[in-house]
Amino acid sequence: MKSLLAWLGLARSGVNSRKTVTFGDASAVTGSRFWSIVAVVALAVLWQQSSEREWVNPLFWPTPAAVWNQFVRIASEGYRNFTLWEHVGWSLYRILMGFGFGCVVGIPLGLAMGLSNTIRGLFDPLVEFFRPIPPLAFIPLVIIWSGIGERSKILLLFLAAVWIMTLAARSGVASIRLSKVHAAYTLGASRWQVLRYIILPNALPEIFTGMRVAMGVCWGTVVAAELVAAESGVGFMIMVASTFLSTDIVVMGVIIIGIIGYSIDILMRKLEARLIPWKGKG
Amino acid sequence: MRGLHVENLSMVYDLPDGGAVEALRDVSFDLEAGEMLAVLGPSGCGKTTLLNIVAGLLRPTSGQLSLTVGKDGGEASHPITGPSPERGMVFQQGALFEWMSVAENIGFGPRMKGARAAATAQRVEELLDTVGLRGFGDKAVYELSGGMQQRVALARCLANDPELILMDEPLGALDALTREKMQGLVLNLWHETGKTIVLITHSVEEALFLGQRLFVMAPRPGRIEREYRLDFARQGLNGDSREIKASAEFTRMREEILAMIWEMEEEIMGRPGEEA
Repeated sequence: MKSLLAWLGLARSGVNSRKTVTFGDASAVTGSRFWSIVAVVALAVLWQQSSEREWVNPLFWPTPAAVWNQFVRIASEGYRNFTLWEHVGWSLYRILMGFGFGCVVGIPLGLAMGLSNTIRGLFDPLVEFFRPIPPLAFIPLVIIWSGIGERSKILLLFLAAVWIMTLAARSGVASIRLSKVHAAYTLGASRWQVLRYIILPNALPEIFTGMRVAMGVCWGTVVAAELVAAESGVGFMIMVASTFLSTDIVVMGVIIIGIIGYSIDILMRKLEARLIPWKGKG
Repeated sequence: MRGLHVENLSMVYDLPDGGAVEALRDVSFDLEAGEMLAVLGPSGCGKTTLLNIVAGLLRPTSGQLSLTVGKDGGEASHPITGPSPERGMVFQQGALFEWMSVAENIGFGPRMKGARAAATAQRVEELLDTVGLRGFGDKAVYELSGGMQQRVALARCLANDPELILMDEPLGALDALTREKMQGLVLNLWHETGKTIVLITHSVEEALFLGQRLFVMAPRPGRIEREYRLDFARQGLNGDSREIKASAEFTRMREEILAMIWEMEEEIMGRPGEEA
């Protein structure tokens, strides 16, 4: 009983149960599972009830049943020449390509910017200028350059990821404690060895944080890009459905976008814990 | 003579406002191979600058420094122009590579030189024994306590078999009890390996207990104010460290040096308005 209450977050456990001051103590505020469950259930009930009692026009907000039925139908029959999984797969493919190129260019560039005055000087204006521009602002240009095919979307996602990765790698280099570098040199390491065995692993936690951010931004950007111009993808599915006023499909798409975005972040966090166990322990 | 030779070393830093700081002025000394030198002084006296120059991490404004090592039955002397594995360093906590295991940290120097893996592994095992960490090789460094981490740092430095070991307040961040224990370890390592050691410290007691020679440095300009030759380190090898530190001679010297450093600090504090 006690452990159930603790699991639900209704009773404090361990040292937290003896603390007299918890307001402002971050380690004592971890979120109560009970209230998370309440929130989700309440939303579900509200949605169900509102559609059953027809509080809102289903054209504006579909019933849960309609969304579910669309999900089942599209999952088995597909939508606009592609199955549901193909739509999702296309979106993910674009992200992985754009994000991948962003990493391949951004990480070495950021490392170089952190290591060389010349390269830092050369690229700082460029990076600082492009960084605050939302990638979507490039959509018209990108379409003019490479049409509405895959190339334009991958290019757009590359632009979304590359600056984030550059800055992450640059600050990863800057975060090194000088005594580690000095230790490596006095132990006989060459410059290349210092880069390979000291600078790079030290920068990995920040590079990984950058990857998580970039993944999030890419996911948001791909959906938006598909809304504008595409023949497949989750965003495309929503866009077409909206022209037919099929709000049930739109809402289903939105839910899928949310679930996938959330899953990507959880996956990245798991990977991070696995690959970089030393994070925050220097 | 084998050892470290430092002649008329000066170091002046230019300040952005056009002024300059004399971190070191005309510092000269010889350190014979096998000696342990402790360097004390108030902050800003240039002791860390001196250590970094000897390490080859800073280029002095003027002066010569060279290291003479035994070679082919004779001696070879060469100037110090950059960092080299013959001059190992032990830093304050935080200089271990946390992405490597304890054993990988210790074997880092040999590995960079391209030593055979088997030979490195054997050397690492020996060193783990030497510093009292047998069985800890596979641990992550952040799983160890502060004192154990500094043991790893000592072992990592010894793995390269350096001529000279430069220690920059290696025990500075440890709690008092661990610190005393580690002083005993440093003393034993010095005795067993016969290494030449330069130890920078803030603790008068540590400097007296470990230094066979002791420099008290003074600031503005950074210079060697007093030099002592001490016998406590030799006594400490066989005797009880608490007893030595409580002896009348030790206490007298500690108070003398403390008074000297206090005076320097007061002189700095008492002159406000003058730029550092």
